Amino acid sequence: MDRLVIAGESFGSRLILGTGGAASLHALAAAIDASGAEMVTVALRRVGTEGTPGGLLDLLARRGLRLLPNTAGCFTAAEAIRTAHLAREAFGTSWVKLEVIGDERTLLPDGVELVRAAERLVADGFTVLPYSSDDPALARRLAHAGCAAVMPAGAPIGSGLGILNPHHIGLIQQAVAVPVILDAGVGTASDAALAMELGCDGVMLATAVTRAAEPARMAEAMRHAVIAGRLAARAGRIPRRSHALASTPDEGRALL
Amino acid sequence: MTGRGDVAIVGAGPIGLAVAWRCVQRGRRVTVLDPAPGSGASSVAAGMLSPVSESYFGERELTALLVDSAARWPAFAAELGEAAGVDVGYRAEGTLVVALTADDLAAVDRLRGYQAGLGLPIEPLVGSALREREPLLAPGVRGGAHAPTDHQVDPRRLVPALRRAAVAAGVTIRAGAVTDLSTVDSETVVVAAGCGTAALTGLPIRPVKGQVLRLAAPGGEPGFRHVIRGHADGSSVYLVPRRGGEVVVGATEEERADAQVTAGAVRDLLRAATDLVPDLAEYALVETGVGHRPGTPDNAPVIGPLPGRPGVIVAAGHHRHGIVLTPVTADLVVDLIEGGAAPSPFTPDRFAEAVRG
Repeated sequence: MDRLVIAGESFGSRLILGTGGAASLHALAAAIDASGAEMVTVALRRVGTEGTPGGLLDLLARRGLRLLPNTAGCFTAAEAIRTAHLAREAFGTSWVKLEVIGDERTLLPDGVELVRAAERLVADGFTVLPYSSDDPALARRLAHAGCAAVMPAGAPIGSGLGILNPHHIGLIQQAVAVPVILDAGVGTASDAALAMELGCDGVMLATAVTRAAEPARMAEAMRHAVIAGRLAARAGRIPRRSHALASTPDEGRALL
Repeated sequence: MTGRGDVAIVGAGPIGLAVAWRCVQRGRRVTVLDPAPGSGASSVAAGMLSPVSESYFGERELTALLVDSAARWPAFAAELGEAAGVDVGYRAEGTLVVALTADDLAAVDRLRGYQAGLGLPIEPLVGSALREREPLLAPGVRGGAHAPTDHQVDPRRLVPALRRAAVAAGVTIRAGAVTDLSTVDSETVVVAAGCGTAALTGLPIRPVKGQVLRLAAPGGEPGFRHVIRGHADGSSVYLVPRRGGEVVVGATEEERADAQVTAGAVRDLLRAATDLVPDLAEYALVETGVGHRPGTPDNAPVIGPLPGRPGVIVAAGHHRHGIVLTPVTADLVVDLIEGGAAPSPFTPDRFAEAVRG
């Protein structure tokens, strides 16, 4: 079986879903089910941890999903570190999707603060999955800091612009030994397939599904796209040529 | 002592009071129980009656109910105003949807296309046309839409008016807290307890926190007349002008139950508000508040008999739409008590697996 392995844990699905942005819990639940995702992110700063019956956490718990708390809304390493510790208490998991936002307009990460927070959280025993920019040198620094995966952005969060620098995503995949999860920027299924074809080990997305007119249908599309991209990446694609090459050559045909 | 045909209503918010008023008009003996009448979501609600600009992908049945109820509002407001001897602040200037940036406009146009496709009355407007209607809008607004039938009412006038009309018609309101429905001695029990409905019925109704601000215009009346539903660089905000100078600015939508006003939410709301209507920066900030919308998994209300509990009817879970849905909910519940059918897409049995046995 071709499974995604992060920090020794293995997952049948290579798609990670964010839970923000859905119009209703009903729509979110249908999307999660259609996506086949086994891991979902939750924002500690956006979600109450009371576990209200019929609420978001209840819905996730009933599906047996692995929760990946994130530090969305944090702008400094200090905030992110504190939020990660609160999330570990609240959700009972030492896994964290580390976000340290550097700019409110683009929501792109602050690389310096990110590395600082990652080093500290690794030392504190966390399994750290950092949301980073598409910079191969930064990705390598995060991997060396002990992060369990790196999560480069294809494009700004929620922009749906796809993968703006596919070359860098490919370089990141070559630069680090830990799994590479493309995070942010996915707008439609072909973006997710491209990420996998570029060698990513998984795809994380939220808005593309939760704000689609039909979230469950888009989630199903993403499930297929990630599987298709993964298969294509491993199937050994043909080289690109400038001229045609007939699939059925007519030279050397036997004359019967 | 219980008499035949008695109705007890748990919850004295707009839904409970409107049901009570309608029931007593049909000759029932009605008691409403609430330890703190009108203290729930309605105490901070903005009172937008906007089935058109609120309609969203995948919620057609809910939209139809919203449209139905909004159409009942003019007559409901007039009848209630007369019965209570007060003005409930019903205003029919309509709603402007306003997009600040090109990205905001793309999002607005996408949803407007869906709404227009349902046949709902909403027309696109370019920035200059928006500013002709409301000159205080920022010069940079890119465009938006006009929803002429999306009106407003003032919930802080509505709830006292309902209480007054209900009492005048013979309803008894008692400050009793109900923690167990089996202790309510009545042939029919209507649970209209908002977020409290979950604990009484087991239905999946959760608090969805909303932070709401109230501003006061310096010169008396606000400088704009339409309800404004704005999108400012990815942030959403609504601005509801009231006679007397109040402007309601809202609201966050948070999956949590605490009642804290946060600095960030106030900043975000005010930034979006002043980006769209710069003059608001000169208004007084007179109130910051938190309410909890009673949310259901599909955002639609729960109206109908509670499975396994004969005599118990639920009228709750109105989420963002409690005020607009008040007239239709009251009429549906009264029909049900008088032997009519429950409104099928909205009955509690759609959450049957969640209801405690």
